[in-house]
This record gives sequence, C-alpha cells and structure tokens, in this order.
Amino acid sequence: MKTTFLDFEQPISELEAKIEQLRFVQDDPAVDISGEIERLESKSLSLTKDLYAKLTPWQIAQVARHPQRPYTLDYARLIFTDFEELHGDRAFADDKAIVGGLARFNGSSCVVIGHQKGRDTREKIQRNFGMPRPEGYRKALRLMQMAEKFNLPVFTFVDTPGAYPGIGAEERGQSEAIGRNLYVMAELKVPIISTVIGEGGSGGALAIAVGDQVLMLQYATYSVISPEGCASILWKSAEKAAIAAESMGITASRLESLGLIDRVVAEPVGGAHRDHTAMAETLKRALQDALRQVSDLSPAELVERRFERLMNHGRFKDQGAAA
Amino acid sequence: MSWLKKLLPPRIKKAESPVRKSIPEGLWSKCPACDAVLYRSDLECNQAVCPKCGHHQRLRARARLDLLLDPEGRVEIGAAVVPMDPLRFKDSRKYPERLTAAQNETGEQDALVVMKGAIHGQQVVVACFEFEFLGGSMGSVVGERFVRGARAAEEQRLPFICITATGGARMQEGLFSLMQMAKTTAAITRLARRKLPFITVLADPTMGGVSASFCFMGDVVIAEPGALIGFAGPRVIEQTVRETLPEGFQRAEFLLEKGAIDMIVDRRQLRDKLAAVLGLLTRQPALEG
Repeated sequence: MKTTFLDFEQPISELEAKIEQLRFVQDDPAVDISGEIERLESKSLSLTKDLYAKLTPWQIAQVARHPQRPYTLDYARLIFTDFEELHGDRAFADDKAIVGGLARFNGSSCVVIGHQKGRDTREKIQRNFGMPRPEGYRKALRLMQMAEKFNLPVFTFVDTPGAYPGIGAEERGQSEAIGRNLYVMAELKVPIISTVIGEGGSGGALAIAVGDQVLMLQYATYSVISPEGCASILWKSAEKAAIAAESMGITASRLESLGLIDRVVAEPVGGAHRDHTAMAETLKRALQDALRQVSDLSPAELVERRFERLMNHGRFKDQGAAA
Repeated sequence: MSWLKKLLPPRIKKAESPVRKSIPEGLWSKCPACDAVLYRSDLECNQAVCPKCGHHQRLRARARLDLLLDPEGRVEIGAAVVPMDPLRFKDSRKYPERLTAAQNETGEQDALVVMKGAIHGQQVVVACFEFEFLGGSMGSVVGERFVRGARAAEEQRLPFICITATGGARMQEGLFSLMQMAKTTAAITRLARRKLPFITVLADPTMGGVSASFCFMGDVVIAEPGALIGFAGPRVIEQTVRETLPEGFQRAEFLLEKGAIDMIVDRRQLRDKLAAVLGLLTRQPALEG
C-alpha cells in the first residue's frame, strides 16, 4: 500500500518519491545504487522521526484522521481471534458506524465494540464516516449488556468525529441513546477497557468510552468538541482550528498529564498507518496490561472503582474545604 | 437566533453598546414570540410566561427555585465549589476573564444552583441551570455541584430534580467538561439503586452534552412548552444534511410526539405537577381537597 502523505509531511513525501525512482532504476543490473537507496531510506526515517517528535496538536489531529490509519475492524483481526461480528439494535437498524461482536483475546472470550470508518468512498458513506446514529449506540449497549450477562470483558475502540447530527438521529433520540450508554456503563459488572485509536469526538466518543482503563494511541485525539467546531464558535472562524486544537488540549500526552487518561500507547515511527501489524502488537500488550489491572476485582469492587474514578473527574476550587 | 449564538456570552455585546444601558431598565418588555408589549411587572407576576400567547421566556436559576420551592427551609448545596482554569484557556479572551464577567453579570459563581427545599411540604433537592452564565454550559463546577446535590438526595433519601437550560458542555475546560457527562450520569445510578425519584425538567434550550447525559435518564422527563431540546444544534444539522428542518423540529412538542419525553408542563403549573408526580412515585396518600 502506498503511503498517503499529509501536508506537513511534504519533505518526507519528496524523499520517498526519490527513493521510489531509484528503486525503479535499480532494476537495471548495470548500475548498483543500493547504497544510495539505503542512505536515503535512513535519511527518510530520521526525517520522519524528527518531524513526528514535534508535531503540533493540529498536526496530530490530522494523523488521527489519516485515511490509512488502522480502524476497529483492523484491530479486531490483528489483536483478537475468532471475531464474530454481531449486528443491529433489534429495534430499528444496523448502524455500520459502530461495529461489535464476540471474539477471543489471548484465547479468552470477550466483546469487542468500536467506531468504524470506511476506506473507500463507498464504504465511507456506508459507515457514515464513523458518525453513529442512535442505533449504533443501542447496538453497543446491547452488546455490553450481553457481555455482562456472560461475564466477558469489553474492549472498546473509539474513532469518531462525533455522533451524527441528522434529522432522523434526533428524531430517534440521539441524546437518550448516548445518555443511556453512560448510565449503563457506569454500573456494568464486567471490565471495560477503552482505547481512543483515532478521533475521540465528543459525546459520540464518550458513549462507548466509560472505561476502567482508558488508553490513547500516541497520535489519537480526544476532545469535547472538534477543533473546527470550537474555532467556529469561539473564534468565529473554522480556520482557527489549529489554535483551538492547541487550547483545548486534545492530544494523548497532554490528557495523560492532566490525569484524564491512564496510558499513552506509542505508535510506530510516522504513525500507526505506517505499520498496522506493529501498532496492533504494541496495543495488544497495552490491552493485556490494562486488563490485568482490573481482572482480579470482584464485580462490586470494579463498579465501585469505576464510580470513584468518574467522581474524581473535574478541576475546581472548594472554598468550603479550605475553611 | 441559533442556540450556538445564544451560547456566546451576550454580555460582551452589551458592553460594546453603551447606548442600550442608557435606556431605563424594566418598565416594558416585548414578547419575542407574539410581539405583544407587556408590563414587566405583569410578566414577572406570570413567571415570565407571556400572558398573551403563553410563550415561556428564559428565567434565571434563582427565580425558578424561588417559584418552585416553599419559602421556608431552603439550603443551598455546593456553593463553595467555584471554577478554575485547568487548561489556561484563551480564545479572544482569557477564560478567567470570561468567568469574572459572567460572575459579575449574573451574581453566580457558575452555571448551576443546587438547593434543598420543599415542594408543598415534600422535601426535595433541586439543581437548576443558570443559562445566563456562559450559556448554562457544563464544566467541572456544574458537574461537581450536580453530584453533591445527588449525593445529598441519596443520603437524606430525597427525590432529586434537575431543571436544565444549557448549550451543552463548556469548551473552555476541554475534556474535563466532557467527563462531566459521565460523572453526572453515574451519580444518577446511585439514586436509582436506592429507588429515589429523579425527575428532569428540560427548559429552553437543553442541548449537547447535557442533553446527552442525565437528561433523558429521569424517571419522569418533563419539558417546558416550546423548549428547544436536542443533541446537535439546528444550525449544525442544517449544514450537515443541507435541507430545511421540519417545522417545530427539536421543540418540546416535537419530542413529545416522537416519544422522547413524558409530558409538557406549563411553568405556572410545574410546582403542582411535580408535587403530584412525586406523591405518586413515593406512594404518599392523596392530598386532601
């Protein structure tokens, strides 16, 4: 697969194009330029490392939305075995923006749920660009309750621009669907391990991300509103999205330092899209650790711990406590 | 005006137009729905409901609590919880400056007022959003005060009521605000465990992250007539689907039709209605007369 380069990756893109050309020439046995190719390849790698070492939050937002980034179904295939996708909310439709089903994690049964974006235009439309309607949240809810019934841990993967702002979605209770998930997840008696793998867009993300452990990939984002949305409201211009991204603190490292997520999972050089297999391996180890942290707890302890965790969210001054 | 515009602090505009300040406050008021010119005192006597057309105007949080609760035995909860600026957020203005401006303008420290009191003698805890404070947006303080209210209700075994008027989550506190959705909703599960009623009253507007958290988790969900209630704002939806929204879309009447809420209650009957519903839920004997 040919890598798609982002705007800020222009220097890498040019270098890679040159390497490609040389490879083409190398097919001619009369010339040996393998040394030159090697030199350029290592230059490209160090350039990528340098560039990715100092990405701005807005650049990270673009990596998080990279069209070749691994999606939930990629992880379902690479991290889990025996994935059986289950469909539908049993009431209205099967929302393809959220996928889920039964699987095995290291041989043990579990439930996998995640937002799903499409690769090509057709699939993107089919999956509504990863923006769920109420049916998606209700399918997720059904699967979580099934997990509870059969005592299976739940792994969720978050990757959505947000819940879909449509007429039908509102008519069928988008607010209720999201709220219901928050309500049920708060008391679900099995471990919930959530990972933000791409875009964590607002309530549409949180609706499957109330976890006992919340992980974020290194170049994923998680925010209360998209940088564009925030910019158009507070700066009156979507062009200020870069500043909004900076101000809101949407990156994994910032959110970890604010204590809002548990762990940042490192991505391969140049981002997860450069190497799906390597990303999946790293993430699998992180998920193993995360599950181990909560797997010994009794259901009551688990729920109590999750509740305390939720109650601790927020920064404020308590003038009563000081007095 | 879209809810998004309404979300923006109106006081910035006010400060920029000193002309308006020279007009004496208060004698007359025009109903935004039917254009009737009303005596302000008439309007106030009528709980800010237009006597001509029944339009429910916005009402400040403390005014609402005043109308709802019996005069005696009111105790405020969580007033000691006040906002800070965890992200050092700055757009055209610094967040602390916006907070101070909102505090001066409204006399409130943040966008939620929680009070223990009684409705026709039935003890309750009521949390009420203050829309005039940064669009009633939910940040850390709103979340914490809500939780303290819910906890007080749980400990004292009282019903918990929340009256909402909000644009949604507060952007200036970033992900902390988003997490208040999960925090407030989780707090409600504890009331449910103890079989304590949770009732929501959705006033105009109730949108975004507040709408999509505890609002529809009420045992009984009430809305005020004409209130705009929804997840995404109408302007955002219109831009996304590129078609004109149906008449009355996201209004309380529309939600009732779609099965999203239990009832629409005129503000002037809210106190009696809440007392009646709570009486039934808590199996109290019928009131005499």
